[in-house]
Amino acid sequence: MKYQARIFITLRPSVLDPAGTAVQSALKQMDYHVDSVRIGKYVEIALEANDDEEATQKLDEAADKLLANPVIENYRFEFTQVA
Amino acid sequence: MKFGILVFPGSNCDRDVATVTSGILQQPTRLIWHTDTDLSDCDVVVVPGGFSYGDYLRCGAIARFAPVMRSLQTHASKGKYVLGICNGFQILTESGLLQGALVRNRDLHFICDRVALRVERNDLIFTQKYQKHQVINLPIAHGEGCYFADADTLKEIEDNQQVVFRYSDAIGNVTNVANPNGSLNNIAGITNKQGNVIGMMPHPERAAEKVVGGIDGKALFEGLISGLLINA
Repeated sequence: MKYQARIFITLRPSVLDPAGTAVQSALKQMDYHVDSVRIGKYVEIALEANDDEEATQKLDEAADKLLANPVIENYRFEFTQVA
Repeated sequence: MKFGILVFPGSNCDRDVATVTSGILQQPTRLIWHTDTDLSDCDVVVVPGGFSYGDYLRCGAIARFAPVMRSLQTHASKGKYVLGICNGFQILTESGLLQGALVRNRDLHFICDRVALRVERNDLIFTQKYQKHQVINLPIAHGEGCYFADADTLKEIEDNQQVVFRYSDAIGNVTNVANPNGSLNNIAGITNKQGNVIGMMPHPERAAEKVVGGIDGKALFEGLISGLLINA
């Protein structure tokens, strides 16, 4: 079965995000006063798996090994079966 | 003794290292393509700077899975020497050979500069030609050189005296002003617990002959050579 997955990778709260801080100050200059900005990554993956369980397992492995670095990042994902 | 220098697609300091080890110091040196897997003839493997695999995803994240990296793990586990410079340091942290991670510089800029470093320990083969707390000057050139580790790991690194180089001022004071990139505890280079693997953001290979404006990096390579000749 074919799945479409969306993976969200975020910096762990303890890691400073200077890029997010820069964007926040730009927003402030534009008169959008927001409390905080954190910039992460978004990855779309199309994959084949026998069932939801296998899709979950494959995505967890991919994220643990490569997509996210557990020292600095967290991740979560969602997927939908497309065929 | 022999130096091996890993070459990934996007490495750009591999030949600079070879110029020092082979050219200036006249040591047998071999460039090793990332698909090779035999490192058995090498005593020291250098993981050089550059932008391996375009630094896509994260710096060093993709290089970590190159075929040669499994051999590097074996090389290191035998107690043989590994020196990671700049992108090489990032690759070593991604691969788990060194603790922590290198993240975006505090002020977001790519920094290309010369910085002062305090040598924290000289009981390693890499640093034996320096004095303890000697201040040396080396070039840095990175956008993601801010050293990060969680609080427990940082404490462990400090407790085990794994910090090899810290950013300092010209007389060795470790200050926030002297910290170019926001690295925790001004960390510029660390070693593993065994002391046979080190990673550093500054470039010793770019400061090994007077014509390029500094020679403070040369002693690091000389330390390796004399250490290995004694052991041989």
